[in-house]
Amino acid sequence: MANVGIVIVSHSPKVAEGAADMVRQMVGTTVPVAHTGGNPDGGLGTAVDGILTAIDRAWSDAGVAILVDLGGAETNSEMAIEMLPAARQARVVVCNAPVVEGAVMAATESSGGAPLDAVKRAAEELMAS
Amino acid sequence: MMDQGVQRKLIQAVAETMIAHAEELTALDQAIGDGDHGLNMKRGFEGVLANIDVLASQPLPEALKAIGTQLVMKVGGASGPLYGTLLMSLGKGMPADPTLEDVGCCFGAAVDAVKARGKSDTGQKTMLDVLAPVQAELTKGGRDLAARISTTAFRAAEATKPMKALRGRASFLGERSIGHMDPGARSSALMITTVCNVLGG
Repeated sequence: MANVGIVIVSHSPKVAEGAADMVRQMVGTTVPVAHTGGNPDGGLGTAVDGILTAIDRAWSDAGVAILVDLGGAETNSEMAIEMLPAARQARVVVCNAPVVEGAVMAATESSGGAPLDAVKRAAEELMAS
Repeated sequence: MMDQGVQRKLIQAVAETMIAHAEELTALDQAIGDGDHGLNMKRGFEGVLANIDVLASQPLPEALKAIGTQLVMKVGGASGPLYGTLLMSLGKGMPADPTLEDVGCCFGAAVDAVKARGKSDTGQKTMLDVLAPVQAELTKGGRDLAARISTTAFRAAEATKPMKALRGRASFLGERSIGHMDPGARSSALMITTVCNVLGG
């Protein structure tokens, strides 16, 4: 698939799943979407290997945009990007945007075939207003 | 090369200290964070202990990198990547048989890597408020270095109490974060004093 993939990372597996459901309802199957949440024991938190798996599931040659909720989700996502194969690293970005609204905006932009930087900008416009 | 027995003792002592202080760290984190720091560190270091035979037999730089990776994968929460970055960066620069200057130099680079990872600096009520003064003391060298570093680490963690948090979850509390010790500063101090006790004793 050529559209930018969307990864949703929340401390809560339920929030991550719910946000992904909302995105799918908006854009159907035209955009690869994956979600991950919870620490390695299943409690609240985020885990690097879960994020790596989600990036893999949402992978697109156009790249992947990650939406995160709180601090640790961002730090863990940045760590996960650094652990990707070098060829993939430059094609994954973390968006500075609210997780639910940002994911919906990013996916809508992606569904129109926009490139990764435009998808990121669409999500981040929410922070400017 | 570092004596394997000493390396094993070091890994075991640090892991056991973090596990033993899990409740204390969680209580500190409940005051100003999300209350998972102790449990997260415990999970990470239980993973390290389970793998201690391999870690103790590796050359020091490889062992540091492996422990760092394990913390990144197991801890969950921001402290995983932060402590993972600290140890992986230490391992990256460290020769197999480091001099004191080597350790000082690598530790400096590792502290910078933590600053970059957390997009933070000293004075923001974080683990950096312990790591930076420890780095300064370490580069001085001289007599009773291990004991001096321990004291520095302990005092630096205490000194985060009056600070206002500017990074991490605690920053949401603003002024209300004042009066509580930063849990990451405390866990850093515990880790450093344990290393000093093993190497300096």
